[in-house]
Amino acid sequence: MMGNPDRPKAPRGVMRWIDDRFPATQLMQDHLTGYYAPKNFNFFYFFGSLAMLVLVNQIITGIWLTMSYTPTAEGAFASIEYIMRDVEYGWLIRYMHSTGASAFFVVIYLHMFRGLLYGSYRAPRELVWIFGMCIYLALMAEAFMGYLLPWGQMSYWGAQVIISLFTAIPVIGGDLAQMIRGDYLISGITLNRFFALHVIALPLVIVGLVVLHLVALHEVGSNNPDGIEIKDKKDEAGNPLDGIPFHPYYTVKDLVGVGVFLFVFCAVIFYFPEGGGYFLETPNFEPANSLQTPEHIAPVWYFTPFYAMLRAVNYPLFGVDAKFWGVVVMGLAIAILFVLPWLDRSPVRSIRYKGWLSRIAIVVFVVSFVTLGVLGVMPPTAERTIIAQVATVAYFAFFILMPFYTRFEATRAVPGRVTGR
Amino acid sequence: MRKYLATCLLAVMGLFASALAMAAGSEVRLDTMKPDLRDQPSLQRGMQLYTNYCLGCHSLQYQRYSRAAEDLGMPEDLVEKFLIFSPELKINDTMRIGMSAEDATDWFGAPPPDLSLEARLRGTDWIYTYLRSFYRDESRPWGVNNSVFPQVGMPHVLEPLQGVQEKVCTQSDIALLGAELDLETGRYQSCEVLEITQSGSMTTQEFDQAMWDLTNFLSYVGEPSRLKAENMAPKVLIFILIFTLLAYLLKKEYWRDIH
Repeated sequence: MMGNPDRPKAPRGVMRWIDDRFPATQLMQDHLTGYYAPKNFNFFYFFGSLAMLVLVNQIITGIWLTMSYTPTAEGAFASIEYIMRDVEYGWLIRYMHSTGASAFFVVIYLHMFRGLLYGSYRAPRELVWIFGMCIYLALMAEAFMGYLLPWGQMSYWGAQVIISLFTAIPVIGGDLAQMIRGDYLISGITLNRFFALHVIALPLVIVGLVVLHLVALHEVGSNNPDGIEIKDKKDEAGNPLDGIPFHPYYTVKDLVGVGVFLFVFCAVIFYFPEGGGYFLETPNFEPANSLQTPEHIAPVWYFTPFYAMLRAVNYPLFGVDAKFWGVVVMGLAIAILFVLPWLDRSPVRSIRYKGWLSRIAIVVFVVSFVTLGVLGVMPPTAERTIIAQVATVAYFAFFILMPFYTRFEATRAVPGRVTGR
Repeated sequence: MRKYLATCLLAVMGLFASALAMAAGSEVRLDTMKPDLRDQPSLQRGMQLYTNYCLGCHSLQYQRYSRAAEDLGMPEDLVEKFLIFSPELKINDTMRIGMSAEDATDWFGAPPPDLSLEARLRGTDWIYTYLRSFYRDESRPWGVNNSVFPQVGMPHVLEPLQGVQEKVCTQSDIALLGAELDLETGRYQSCEVLEITQSGSMTTQEFDQAMWDLTNFLSYVGEPSRLKAENMAPKVLIFILIFTLLAYLLKKEYWRDIH
């Protein structure tokens, strides 16, 4: 007898040989065939597996891009064009990667919104949410650093704007920004370190966090659109009455989601890889030039809500520059998401059974977030700044007032078993 | 819930539309030029124009002659014979120029930009309109200016083809760009109208077509893989469609006993 005798094992053959040395059958059972997921997952539940798909896409296309990319200020821009023209199917690999970046944020935002709708962050899933937020944070860093690599005008000036935010921090700001750049201005040195972080450090962190996210999820089990605990009602065998094994039920279902996603994804890659200037920004077709600032610098669309908040704060406080408070607000906008599990005091999890206040709040939140996103793309005017300020306040109000409106509103009765909706 | 999501989605789309509309407000009205990469004769004429009139100063440093020959359906020996003028360049070379950046700065004030990605940077509408918007302006070093690119630093090398174009004042019944309504006559008065005052070797129509071809060629150079992508797309999408259909049927089969 080899290995742990208590583990489930294949009866014979190669699988048995492996099982005696490595818990393959056990792992498969824990995470796929014996992992019971609620049977009432809806549209919003596709985005977790899709995020995984996009992550794999980014890693694989990234490896192939690295084979032909030159991480120097002199060669970066030309090497991208070399990939686009001379490398066999280089254009496809590059577009898969650049479109994949935007697709990643699309699916992640929808995935997070799902959590918000159905209270997936509530106890006992706080750590699932927090690991997820860490992934989001690492992903933003990954995307930001990746955006510098083509060494186009927007790469350069976008990075310039973001890194200069650190200079707003009193006392240490200037030195800190210089430390990040590794130079007095963004240069080949910055490009080199961003390349290292983009292709090695952050992908490792992200993959590690994804493992933690999934381990935590599989420990507590998935939430569902009704926000009720399926483990409370079990059959004689001890399996949840409203649960079904992830494999094969959700693997085949997610395959349909993958198909639909790939259809849209490929349509973008093949027909409009620039995404109307939102996935590949037009000024980036011009090589970086430190002496010529583009007319209008806008970060890529997935950062614009936070960028709009940064610009919305335009008055100095306590003798410190407005930019510093903008950075603080921007940081808080992300930080507050981490404590979300403790802000929601509702007796129910899902928006389906929450009261009207919660429903209104989430609409206000979505509208303010999208408004900020749109404003972040546009050059600021006095009017737009006011709208951005209102939207910023609304964004924070959603979170800060949550302990109050979730506790005092009248909720609806939660059914004992999941509904078929 | 569905209804409410649909409403949210509509609101979001409305916001994006208004953002796009606001971003689009440019000062110069551009003529529309929608490239046709399947029109090989046009692309070939465009390349011929480019090598004869533009390539003296503007390189296409990422475009290989051989790739253009293949994509535009031209035999390599003909390209070598008629389109490669520099004895140093071979068919597999990129379309470089002989002029040094130093000389260029002396002669033009700045080196003429490489145009490999010009169509992606400025768009084909811009290029097509720009090429047709040079006009005589004696105050400029080269005697010409451009209404799309004011204070342009290059001469109008295509003037022998287009003829001499000048800015004239004219009256019109329709509101032209920058025109002001004359309250007495009820007509529009504008001094921003470009008019050919001395004809060149081409008629206006021929010249417009030539510039269309040239723009079409630059559009090809901006993204040589575009046509390949568009040819591949239907096959990939149909494959995914069939895959999705099969996956859906499989899902339905598996889920039959789940209630």
